[in-house]
Amino acid sequence: CFILPAASTSLPHGGAVRMVCRLVMGARMVASTRSFADFTPQASFDVKKCELHRLEAGPSETAVLTREQGLQYYRTMQTMRRMELKADQLYKQKIIRGFCHLYDGQEACAMGIEAGINPTDHLITAYRAHGYTFTRGVSVREILAELTGRRGGVAKGKGGSMHMYAKHFYGGNGIVGAQVPLGAGVALACQYQGNNQVCVALYGDGAANQGQIFESFNMAALWKLPCIFICENNKFGMGTSVERSSASTDYFKRGDYIPGIKVDGMDVLCVREAIKFAADYCRAGKGPIVMELETYRYHGHSMSDPGVSYRSREEIQEVRSKSDPITMLKERMLSNNMASVEEIKEIDVEIRKVIEDAAQFAISDPEPPLDELCNHIFANNPPMEVRGTNPWVKLKSVS
Amino acid sequence: AFFSHRVMSLFQVNVRDALNQAMDEELERDERVFLLGEEVAQYDGAYKVSRGLWKKYGDKRIIDTPITEMGFAGIAVGAAFAGLRPICEFMTWNFSMQAIDQVINSAAKTYYMSAGAQPVPIVFRGPNGSSAGVAAQHSQCFAAWYGHCPGLKVVSPWNSEDARGLLKAAIRDNNPVVFLENELMYGVPFDLSEEVMHKDFVLPIGKAKVERQGTHITLVSHSRCVGFCLDAAAVLAKEGVECEVVNLRTIRPLDVETIEASVMKTGHLVTVEGGWPQYGVGAEICARIMEGPAFNYLDAPAVRVTGVDIPMPYAKILEDHSVPQIKDIIFTVKKVLNM
Repeated sequence: CFILPAASTSLPHGGAVRMVCRLVMGARMVASTRSFADFTPQASFDVKKCELHRLEAGPSETAVLTREQGLQYYRTMQTMRRMELKADQLYKQKIIRGFCHLYDGQEACAMGIEAGINPTDHLITAYRAHGYTFTRGVSVREILAELTGRRGGVAKGKGGSMHMYAKHFYGGNGIVGAQVPLGAGVALACQYQGNNQVCVALYGDGAANQGQIFESFNMAALWKLPCIFICENNKFGMGTSVERSSASTDYFKRGDYIPGIKVDGMDVLCVREAIKFAADYCRAGKGPIVMELETYRYHGHSMSDPGVSYRSREEIQEVRSKSDPITMLKERMLSNNMASVEEIKEIDVEIRKVIEDAAQFAISDPEPPLDELCNHIFANNPPMEVRGTNPWVKLKSVS
Repeated sequence: AFFSHRVMSLFQVNVRDALNQAMDEELERDERVFLLGEEVAQYDGAYKVSRGLWKKYGDKRIIDTPITEMGFAGIAVGAAFAGLRPICEFMTWNFSMQAIDQVINSAAKTYYMSAGAQPVPIVFRGPNGSSAGVAAQHSQCFAAWYGHCPGLKVVSPWNSEDARGLLKAAIRDNNPVVFLENELMYGVPFDLSEEVMHKDFVLPIGKAKVERQGTHITLVSHSRCVGFCLDAAAVLAKEGVECEVVNLRTIRPLDVETIEASVMKTGHLVTVEGGWPQYGVGAEICARIMEGPAFNYLDAPAVRVTGVDIPMPYAKILEDHSVPQIKDIIFTVKKVLNM
């Protein structure tokens, strides 16, 4: 479970440890015997004020972060990062095939959202979905094994990169924009069932112009559906920049009559405060809300796109060095004495092992058995016959 | 080198370049022709089919659209109403489902509804059918869906000659044409003669081609499966079975005459397609043969080889077993011939 704080299990001598700690920010250097009592248990951070649309007040401009939360967010985001880089490697080795849209750079979005909603809330996104699949509870093992098309994959190898599902997580969707009405529909079900849950429906800047999104906005607003529409604006829809695709690039205002919030998507705390605000808004029965998360993807659109024909390497490098979401969180924690460099390093080592083990499994697990081919056509159905490639091949399908 | 007195130049051209050259020539020939779609301009095309065209023709003739199929397909049809000759690219035909109302209700039916007053000279093109590992939502074959509709011409090229000649014909046709390409064929090279490379080379829409003469059995196919049929025929020839392979080239209008003539010669028919069996291209061919003169020449029931009747799975082993393989064609031929 990714929620366990690392510190209590990883240190060899339990409470009191001998460490040399060099603080990252500022010139202070502390060399001493450290105990857990020396770490700051929680701190308050200023987050960027969110631009608002049709809202008098917005998300909190300060975020309280506990040490435990910080380590959890770090661990989760770093796991996502390393998982995506492992996928990149496996793809280049041709062990993963087909489509593979990587999420590295955008981790603060998935983590911030998950930190601000409940596991019983709902989430749906498009095809850049590996990060959300993880935050919504699927193990790295099951994700990588799905990417390699093995029977241990979360969809038994039948779905692939864009079609992974979990409880209260509706994928992973291949058709741009189609997930948004689906999300509004999940929200309708929440309202109908009176369960006080919300649905987060994500889409990209490229999808933001889809007609069906505006149809969803209209119905969600009309019927006051508890739907949080979130545009992850990473500035490019495949190879097309936002300026070349959108007459208005103020995606948080595109809901028109629906209130909107523009969020720094590279800051996990900013995202968290915003989503908390949005979820409260929806749960209060006020209707839908639109959020725009300003973020960035390091990889190209997919593994078949080098990602440098429409943007410069300098731009990518600049974001990496100045705005990386994981680095930002790490520096905040270190500079506020909420974690130590060694501790972070140990978490990194643990994560590396988790990823390696998962990759090993994903490579060695066998492919699905052939008798799985025709299963899962219908639900709750008696077994039926399915035509093979010719009339003499009669295959079996069970629910 | 010595040349025979008949000089034969052959140009090796892959399907992607054949399509590219066809569009380039037609853009040059007629100012009213323009291309729109996602990533067709500055990205050179998602599959590089439109490589170099934006650089040559600019923003006015090669237009990058937002990811809004229903909208830009409608815009393309409207432009065709008002005198232009658009080529509307769907990044894959799977995404055409978002726009299918515009293709059918706005493009296909309008000449009829207007009693001949409003033609719609538009080409919709893009890759169709299964690829490699792109899973269920990106692997569907739409030949049967579009082939069902009166008012549409539906074309499905196999090789570079088909791609070149049929695309040029489609662009010059005053009717809406659904042009079904195949991603896995884009990189495959074929030898083209000088005649085919001529800038006015067109192939007739609605005419099938006999790719291989045979006497024992007729194999009818379209797109990538034509190649599989030829491979199967080569294997079967070693066992003394001579297959006649018919490349449909056009799904609608269907060249029934060529199929009938072949069946009346061989007495046996197998259709081969990548799409699903139910209500498919093969089903239509078998029905037409039943209803026509060739039925009396059949020595065995006509049979279809198709994709498996399931959404496309992702895992390689499952995907390989979801589409017709050469061995499936060979197996079926032998069954039909009672071997």
